[in-house]
Amino acid sequence: MIIPLNHILVLAALLFCIGLYGALTRRNAVGILMSIELMLTAANINLVAFSRFVTPNTGAGQVFAIFVMTLAAAAVAVGLAIVICIYRNHRTISADKIHLMKW
Amino acid sequence: MMEQFNNIAPWEWVQLISFYAIAAMMVLGALFVVTMKNIFHAALSLAVVAMGAAVVYLMLDAEFLGFVQIMVYVGAVITLIAFVVMLTQRANQSGDNKATNHQKFISFVSVGTVLALLLWKIPNASWLTTVTNAELANAHTIGNALLTDYLLPFEAVSVLLLAVLIGAIVLSRREKPAKDDGGAE
Repeated sequence: MIIPLNHILVLAALLFCIGLYGALTRRNAVGILMSIELMLTAANINLVAFSRFVTPNTGAGQVFAIFVMTLAAAAVAVGLAIVICIYRNHRTISADKIHLMKW
Repeated sequence: MMEQFNNIAPWEWVQLISFYAIAAMMVLGALFVVTMKNIFHAALSLAVVAMGAAVVYLMLDAEFLGFVQIMVYVGAVITLIAFVVMLTQRANQSGDNKATNHQKFISFVSVGTVLALLLWKIPNASWLTTVTNAELANAHTIGNALLTDYLLPFEAVSVLLLAVLIGAIVLSRREKPAKDDGGAE
């Protein structure tokens, strides 16, 4: 294995922080969902990297990555359904204008 | 750090350089995802990041995950996001359509702190890496692990997927007019 583990971890850290920034600042609800997908991808890269470097022959990290991928797809399906529902009722998906559950 | 670069084969240089190229592409794509004003272009950038992640999985000898990543993310998730963007596009074109909200500065500072902490700690940490000549994990190993050691989470995820299926249908279903109350079902 020629790629150093640290460099992969740095890549994942960059992706995670960019995704976190997007999740905090995006106004479009679909944009927030996409930022969350970025964060989950970063976590997956970490899982696969540690699986390759720490337990290369059992693949436990890859199994976890499969679960994370499933949950990410589930989250995006329900999240987009909620977005469509909100759009139908409010005619907007801007997170700043949706204050149904704020005080 | 440098002594491990001394005696490596030419094709390994190719692998190394292509990793950095793909990493740069992924970071750039991620920046586009969070900053682009046009949400459809952001979705396409997310597809680029997902494909880059698939290539990274392939480089890490996780072939199965790499192809699953392409099928699930680029094939399904991005398509779903693109459809929702097209369904809700009218909302973006009216009024002010700035990409970010007023928490921009405080978010940037706090996320930058987290990133600085990570970049400071990662190179100094001593990870417990093992170098083995045993057979690497492949799709066969993963399938065996899923149906033996991880059987309970596997079943739980199947129940979750059923719940998600029903939930997504119920949430996005068009409301019926009030006058036909269930008789036609």
